[in-house]
Formats: sequence, C-alpha cells, structure tokens
Amino acid sequence: MATENLTLGKALTMGLRKAMEDDPKVLIMGEDVGKLGGVFRITDGLQKDFGEERVIDTPLAESGIVGTAIGLAIRGYRPVCEIQFDGFVYPAYDQIVAQVAKMHYRSQGKVRLPIVIRIPYGGGIGAVEHHSESPEPYFIHTAGLKVVTCASPLDAYWMTQQAIASDDPIIFLEPKRRYWEKGDVDTSAPASSAYPLHASRVARPGTDATLVAYGPMVKVALDAATAAEEDGRDLEVIDLRTLSPLDLTPVYESVRRTGRCVVVHEAPQTLGTGAEIASRVTEECFYSLESPVLRVTGFDIPYPAARVEEEYLPDLDRVLDAVDRSFGW
Amino acid sequence: MAKGATASRTRSTRSRAAASSEPEMVQLLTPDGKRIDSARDSYGTEYTVDFTDDEYRGLYRDMVVVRRLDAEAEALQRQGELGIWASLKGQEAAQVGSGRALRPQDMAFPTYREHGVLYCRGIDPIMPLGLFRGVDQGGWDPNEFKFQMYTIVIGAQTLHATGYAMGINKDGKVGGDDGEAVIAYFGDGATSQGDVNESFVWSSVYNAPIVFFCQNNQYAISEPIERQTRVPLYQRANGFGFRGIRVDGNDVLASYAVTRAALDQARSGEGPTLIEAYTYRMGAHTTSDDPTRYRLANELEEWQAKDPITRLGTYLREQKLVDEDFFTTVDEEAKAAAQHLRERVLTLPDPDPVSMFDHVYPHGSPEVDAQREKFTAYAASFEGSAH
Repeated sequence: MATENLTLGKALTMGLRKAMEDDPKVLIMGEDVGKLGGVFRITDGLQKDFGEERVIDTPLAESGIVGTAIGLAIRGYRPVCEIQFDGFVYPAYDQIVAQVAKMHYRSQGKVRLPIVIRIPYGGGIGAVEHHSESPEPYFIHTAGLKVVTCASPLDAYWMTQQAIASDDPIIFLEPKRRYWEKGDVDTSAPASSAYPLHASRVARPGTDATLVAYGPMVKVALDAATAAEEDGRDLEVIDLRTLSPLDLTPVYESVRRTGRCVVVHEAPQTLGTGAEIASRVTEECFYSLESPVLRVTGFDIPYPAARVEEEYLPDLDRVLDAVDRSFGW
Repeated sequence: MAKGATASRTRSTRSRAAASSEPEMVQLLTPDGKRIDSARDSYGTEYTVDFTDDEYRGLYRDMVVVRRLDAEAEALQRQGELGIWASLKGQEAAQVGSGRALRPQDMAFPTYREHGVLYCRGIDPIMPLGLFRGVDQGGWDPNEFKFQMYTIVIGAQTLHATGYAMGINKDGKVGGDDGEAVIAYFGDGATSQGDVNESFVWSSVYNAPIVFFCQNNQYAISEPIERQTRVPLYQRANGFGFRGIRVDGNDVLASYAVTRAALDQARSGEGPTLIEAYTYRMGAHTTSDDPTRYRLANELEEWQAKDPITRLGTYLREQKLVDEDFFTTVDEEAKAAAQHLRERVLTLPDPDPVSMFDHVYPHGSPEVDAQREKFTAYAASFEGSAH
C-alpha cells in the first residue's frame, strides 16, 4: 500500500507522470507547461524528467496546440494538450469541434485521434474575466468528443490515466477551485482496480431527494446534504464524472426511490447539462417523480466580476433552497 | 514515375544587382513551349530537371487524364449525379508537378481540390466522388496512400501537417534521402486564416520538415488576391523565418523541380519552405459558383494562352519526343478513364441509413447505440407498408 494524502492538483501531476512512464508515445503540450510546470503547476517536474521532446512548450496559440496535436496523433503519438484557462479554449474551437471530433467518423474509422485536452474550468478563485468559465456544454453537444470531469484526488489520478489510454478524443475538465483540496490516493493500486472512466457514481447515499452534480459542484452538493441532515432530510448525491456520454442509470435508480431530483452546475442554465438531465429523468422516471426536476446553475449572463461571483455560483444555500422547493411542490 | 529524374540544386553567391534582374518566378517551360535549361529563385538556388523522354510523356499523360476526369466529374454534377464539384481545371501542372515530386514516404495534407495530387498518389479517382455525391466523406485510407483526407475548413489541415512533421522530427526520420517530409496544400484565400499563419510559426520554431504548397489561383471564390494580400504571398515566408519561392504553377517542370528540392531540403533537416505556385482557376470555384459575376472574359483568355497542358504538348511535339498518334492515344486513354469513372459513379450505392451511426467514436458510445437502436426499430416499423 502506498496511500498518500494528495491535493487534486498533485494527483493530476502523478497521473500524468504515470501515463508518460507507461507509454513513450504520450506527449504533453501547451503554454508554459515546461520549466514553469503550467500556471497551476500541474505539469510540474515533467519536462525535467521526460525532456523537451515529450513535454513541449508551445507557441502561444490554442488552435495551433490542438491542430498540431491532430498531426502528431496521426503520426502515432498520444498528445495531452493543456489549455491554460477555460476562457482561452475558443481560439481552438474549430480544431476541436470540426477536426478532432469528426476525423474518426469522416474516415470511417481509419483515423484515430487519441488526444486529451485538459481544461481547468469553473470559477470561485477571484480571477479576472475569461478565467472562470464553464464551457462544457459546447463540447458535450459535439458528437465525436467525450467529456469527463473529476471531483476528487482519487478520480484525478485515475481518470487522467484512463483518458490518456483511451483512443477516443477526450475533453478533460479540471475543477480549478478544487486543485488544492486533499484526499487519499493509493498510487500502488493496479489500474484494474480503478472505477470506470465513463461511469457516474453515488458519492453519498440517501433516501429523500437526489442531488446530481459534477466537478467543482460535487463538494457543494455534499455540503448541502450534510446541512440537510439537520432538517431531517437524507439526500443522495451523485457525482456524474462523465458528461459525454452521460451515465444516468444511477440517477434513474436514485430518482425512482426518492421521487425528487435537483441538478447543480456552474455553467449557465439555458441548454445546459441540467436541461438534458431533466429531460431524460422526466422521460425515464415520470411516474416516480413527486415534483419537477429543478436546476441550480449559473445565470444566463457572462461570468460576472469576481466580487460578485459568490452570488453567481451555486452554493449550499441555493441548493437547499431548491431542495425546499422540491419538497414544497 | 520520374525516379531517374532529379531536380538538381546548386548554390551560387549572388549580388544585389543580380537579384534585382532575376525573374521573380521560377520557370522551366515557357507558355509557348520553350524549355529553359535552368532557373534560379531569389536565394540563388538553381533548378533544372533531367527527365527521360518517357517521363516527359508521363507528365503530359497525367495532366490530360486529370483534366478529363475533372471534366467528367463536372458533367456528372450538371446531370445531378454529384451534389457539387470543385474543379481543378487550370491547376494541373501545379498538382501533377508537386504530386510527382513527392517521394513514397512523404505525407500530403490536401484541401478539397487536390484531385490531381490524389491521382499521383495512386488513389482511385472514384474515391473523392463519394464525398461529392454524398454517399460518404471520402473513402480512402489516408495512411495507406500517404494522402490525408480532404479538408474543407479552409487552412485547418496546415496545422495537422505541421504536427505530423513535428512527429517526423521526434521519430528521428530526418536526414538523408530516406528522410520523410510533409506537404501541406492550400490556396491564396487560406493565407489569411489564423491557422495557416500559426502553422508557419510552429513549423519555423520547431524546424519542421514541411513544404507549404500554396496554389495561388488568383481567387478565393469571388475575391481577388488583392483582398488577401498587399505583398506577393511567397514573400510572407521571410517574416516567419523560412524560404519563400514563387514558381510558375502552370509549368509542370518547374513545379516539380521546386517542390522536389524543397521536400529534399525538409527531409534533410533544413526546415520549411513556402512555395507559391502562381496559377489560375480556369473554371468556377465550385459548380455552385458563377465566375462571370466577378471576372472578365479576357482575363480567362490571357490565362488560356498559358495553359499548362498545351505548353508541354508543344514542347513534346517540337522536340519530336512524340508523334501525333501519341496525342490521340492519350486522349483515348483519358476518355476511357472518364467513361470508367462515370459508370462506377452511377452505380455507387447509397449508404444504409443505419450506417450513419457508425464510427462516431473508436470505443463507441451507449448514447449513440441507444439512438441507433431506436432508429432501427422506427425504420423497421415501415417495412411492408404501402410507403
């Protein structure tokens, strides 16, 4: 046993390191990923140990990062691209959505692009504009991409390796406000012991209502469930982990028991992940529902200035308010 | 093809005075079919070709067949058998010259108009017609033929080509004749795209073994070259830190020589080159376009006088490399190839609708599987009905 108490950021670093050790074709590329170790230090020490040919400081151009990753993947490499912040991914949008996502389909399976695009996402760190966004709906909506997000150091460590080992192109969303939160990781456990990449998981069992969250909102949902105990309510929390494909089987199973469902995410509400989940839960669990599926989300506005982001971001009180509304229906 | 031929290259020092008197465009065969022994670019590199008679005849045959297949595809579109067609007419020399300059190990990244290069890479010309007919997205294996998929988003493939070339460097496959190189095709309009400029930056800083082959056919749909640039396109390379050369894109010999030399420089570790093949799109942008709205008939006539096929034909005839039977035979070969193409296009089957769910992901997706299943059941519900 080599169980370590790691921050989520450090677990990501160790996951990347393990993937690079396991497969010499794995490359890391992005802005400032070399000597600096990335602005969040997620690639800290990797260039020193694996060299400039495998940990590539790139020119400052996001479309170039993803576009050249495609060529490297065609050549047989497994590039892991770092986009420095969520709000900087848009210059790469065509390469991700029109090129990476479609190449396997267009070539009728002849071209595989095992590319992982890591994006630190979400708010809560007091940043200036373009540094706190939740762009996941754009990518979930795009056929040909898979989208995952971790909420704990344990998942950070394993999901990184699983995403890199997968031949599917994967958008890997990292909840940047959770980079410094700690958890236990057994780094000596065999890969086969890891939870599957594209599966959601019950993070806290409960009987009275179902909270669905992912990434940075899992902690908010868990905290809300703890607080709800005082009101005598036992909330179940589901960590989605995979956003494309969605794995809603545990959600359906839960809602059929609880009859109530609240979806929580930072991204704006309209046409967000919560809309899709509400639609599917309604279709699958119609006769079990005691109230409509409710959403607690960011608002349909650009991400606001940092001094008001606490009002923008779903928090414990807003989640509990939604739970109250669900019970009061 | 042309295995025995070489594009020899000799360095010479040049004075500023000499530079100003040198032609801007590398040309080895004039529009009236006169052979120029050798030509220099503005760096003083000298180009020539030393083809056998058979190789000269082969280049002529290639261009005639490619133009005839192109005409057949355009006719098929007019008859409703293709949804659209992007004609290469006028650009045969640039495509056959550069396409034949590729060595077997080189990788090409095309746009959607590189039918001539595709032909040179040995791909069945039926393949792109599946794309334009709407039965698939292009069916060839990009890695088997070293010719990637057609790319319709303008300029996107230049970054893919650059990444692939970076991979060649990482694999240690540069240096010597067995080194590998990449060629990225694009047009004059694409030079305004961010991706193309990013690919120039990346190729330069990583010294990637790549040749950027820009066919300047003077128009991006309706917009003339003046809407893309105020300097000759090949000169852009200087600002990125690599060579830029303009070649007569209607001269198959010069197109071959300059491309072969640039590829060999790339494969030996000397980095990227931008080649601007100066040419003209004789037809419309695509069959959906009407060029009479934006260009004058006399312009087309001027370029017809520089036709790439006519000039090589004149040369072959005047050098007595062929007799008149040769031209008749080539025309018949081209006609037969076109007829064969037509017959097969007409029998291309429509895909099974359920196949549209295939290959979305290498590892599949339960969501796509569920939708496929529902669609299949829905489609089956109509079977046996009057509809």
